[in-house]
Amino acid sequence: MGDHRNCILAIASGGGHWVQLLRLRPAFEGYDLVYVTVNQTYRTDVAGERFHVVKDGTRWNPLVLIVMAAQVLCLLIRYRPDVVLSTGAAPGYMGLRLGKLLGARTVWMDSIANVEHVSLSCEKVRGHADLLLTQWPHLAREGGPRYEGAVI
Amino acid sequence: MIFVTVGAQMPFDRLVKGVDEWAAARGIGEVFAQIGPTDWRPRHVGWTNFLDVREFKSKMSEARAVIAHAGMGSIITALELGKPILVMPRRGVLRETRNDHQVATAERFRELGRVAVAMNEEELPHKLDELSGLLPADRIGPYASEQLLGALRRFLAGTGGP
Repeated sequence: MGDHRNCILAIASGGGHWVQLLRLRPAFEGYDLVYVTVNQTYRTDVAGERFHVVKDGTRWNPLVLIVMAAQVLCLLIRYRPDVVLSTGAAPGYMGLRLGKLLGARTVWMDSIANVEHVSLSCEKVRGHADLLLTQWPHLAREGGPRYEGAVI
Repeated sequence: MIFVTVGAQMPFDRLVKGVDEWAAARGIGEVFAQIGPTDWRPRHVGWTNFLDVREFKSKMSEARAVIAHAGMGSIITALELGKPILVMPRRGVLRETRNDHQVATAERFRELGRVAVAMNEEELPHKLDELSGLLPADRIGPYASEQLLGALRRFLAGTGGP
């Protein structure tokens, strides 16, 4: 275990969620990373890193969600990450809940798109996220989410 | 070239139709649109349903202006490349997305001076006419703020650190 480096499973769905996750990469230096998203073509964004694709359960279709949850669970068991970090949405929610059950520390950063109120996923991971962040100061609350800056 | 993008998840025909009609009315031939999963076809502009990441970035790099839904993937990528961007928000009531969060996103980013906004298809042609007056935006850097990166580093170090 002498060369064991802490492992972060960084999980996000497509579009803006993925783009925002990529902007956090300097904070991940020195750790083993496993990137999980919903689109194979995103592989080029993290060339040379571990990269996996799961079903896109963004529309909350129950069947797709079940398959996605199983895929996420397999990855969590395979890598046993120390930290699960997500920028949304459905796959990240699943990753955080299951990761927490498996003993990982968890980070949820809500999308900068949510300017009036935090996302439903953010509300639902409250209590399961060790670090819960919003990117808008006016949405920060006692007990989380906290405001610690933004991706831009 | 003017690049139109609606993201990969859902169509946004209301935006692309508006741009298509505007391009025809003004005789503007250099528009290319990524229109998402839809059966509707533009008649006056080049189009494709989807682009992979490399093609998407390449189209955006070539563009002199970007027209998009108010999705963060489109907005952040345009800002990273320093492209002027005009967004029109999807509406929940029209089933263009689940809720009206894009309306609030568009308004807030307009206040910050990051994007131009057409709230609906009535405003769109006028805003499109003003496109050439939009100055290239200041490029944003490739990474999150130092404040956010620092907060994440501190949290991650709490696990034992690298």
